[in-house]
Amino acid sequence: MGYLKISRVEKTFVAGNRRTEVLRDIDLTIGRGEFVAIIGHSGCGKSTLLNLIAGLTEATKGGVLLEGREVTAPGPERAVVFQNHSLLPWLTVYGNVRLAVDKVFRTRKSRAERHEWTLHNLDLVQMRHAADKRPAEISGGMRQRVGIARALAMEPKVLLLDEPFGALDALTRAHLQDAVMEIHARLGNTMIMITHDVDEAALLADRIVMMTNGPAATIGEVLEVPLPRPRNRIAAATEPAYLRARQAMLRFLHERHRLVAAAE
Amino acid sequence: MQSSVARQIPQETAAPVQLARVTRLRIRPAARPAPRQWGAGLAASLLPPALVGLAVLIVWELATNGPGATLPPPSAVWRDSAELILRPFYVHGTQDVGLGWRVLTSLERVLYGFGLAAVTGVLLGAIIGQSIWLMRGLDPFFQVLRTVPPLAWLPISLAAFMDNRPAAIFVIFITAIWPILINTAAGVRNIPADYRNVARVLRLGQVEFFFRIMVPAAAPYIFSGLRIGIGLSWLAIVAAEMLTGGVGIGFFIWDAWNSSRLTDIIVALVYIGLVGLLLDRLVAVTGRLVTRGAGGV
Repeated sequence: MGYLKISRVEKTFVAGNRRTEVLRDIDLTIGRGEFVAIIGHSGCGKSTLLNLIAGLTEATKGGVLLEGREVTAPGPERAVVFQNHSLLPWLTVYGNVRLAVDKVFRTRKSRAERHEWTLHNLDLVQMRHAADKRPAEISGGMRQRVGIARALAMEPKVLLLDEPFGALDALTRAHLQDAVMEIHARLGNTMIMITHDVDEAALLADRIVMMTNGPAATIGEVLEVPLPRPRNRIAAATEPAYLRARQAMLRFLHERHRLVAAAE
Repeated sequence: MQSSVARQIPQETAAPVQLARVTRLRIRPAARPAPRQWGAGLAASLLPPALVGLAVLIVWELATNGPGATLPPPSAVWRDSAELILRPFYVHGTQDVGLGWRVLTSLERVLYGFGLAAVTGVLLGAIIGQSIWLMRGLDPFFQVLRTVPPLAWLPISLAAFMDNRPAAIFVIFITAIWPILINTAAGVRNIPADYRNVARVLRLGQVEFFFRIMVPAAAPYIFSGLRIGIGLSWLAIVAAEMLTGGVGIGFFIWDAWNSSRLTDIIVALVYIGLVGLLLDRLVAVTGRLVTRGAGGV
């Protein structure tokens, strides 16, 4: 009885006469409130898989079910935090979140409530102080925070994070990981995060989905991380469960599924 | 082996910590900016054009001062057309008014033509930019049409409208629309896929997408199109007013030529140039205000 069910998904891109099979035989069931990390080498189709769940790309075969209903198009119940934040540069931080709030809660909340809800979500990521700034005026980490606030503000059933911290420096990344963990603990959202960072996956996820290399990539292994929550990065670094997960990922990525040719 | 790793790590982190010694450095105050710089900057930007202007006047005077000269020297312009220069807003009769009034009349005409071109150009450009096939099919025609000079549209426009006023506005419209259209389409084509994905996740409708994503995202392109467009429509004013007559600055030149008032034409040219520059600046500044922040992140 899964909350989100990906069943027998296959994705082939066709460009003229060339057919590229990106994903094959993807089967995955995710429970409500679960945090799943998807890890793999670049070019292995992780982003394609996330886009399929988001509804931004259509599966060639198979399908995605959320609460028993098939995903056919993108929608706010599957909010995406994009890799490069994708904030609209002509809107302020507040305006970016408010756009999503206005669109999703137009009929359900009054104007004042939508204002409150926008500020509330900026508070969640500690960005209220920069509400009137434009994306160009804040740092990369702050932009990503706003991206998360925008996605959270849609009250999504599933929050999809597409390598959200890949472009950030290690310290900022750690900070944001803590923020995401805290939000996950507070709101209990179902979250799916793509990453290529072994530590990030082990620290954040309940389960780690490891993808084999493309073309025709598939799920190679699924790993449970039985670390109790709330987790703390310093304490976790010495926990056997954490180290085992880390070790397993490194083995998977660098022994069994080494990237032979540099991708892209 | 894994358990041995687990046991080793705490020992490493428990290594004794030694405090580093802090050396405080003396901070020198920043140098104060020189107060004279502002005035110097103004002089540096005004002095060169003033000198060049003076030099041009002197060369012009010397070149056209002789008995065989076909064009009037600046001194003659001043002698014969001083009233036009000094009093832009005099009114001596319905047809005999200062150049300021004439410019305003022409501006009204240009604003009609340009306004129509802007609205149509942005809308059509937005539609065409959405489709790679429309773009491919239409772009060659636009590229040809945009090179047609305003005067060449005159006879066709007259034949089509059979009336001076709409024909004149159409000439301005058809001259100005191409760069607006082409730039808008290019701007829409270049909207980053990320913004489109944001719109899709939010399920923005067509109209919402147009106003909330497309127009602001393409605004830098649209405004450079509008800037070229306003320049072109002001260029078309003389051609347009050869049709309409009346008190416009374009017709004034045509009329002055027919009655051999060369000095008046020279003054009118300076007016047209200055107003053209002003229009260009106006659109540029508006564009900068509207698209502030939209540049890059």
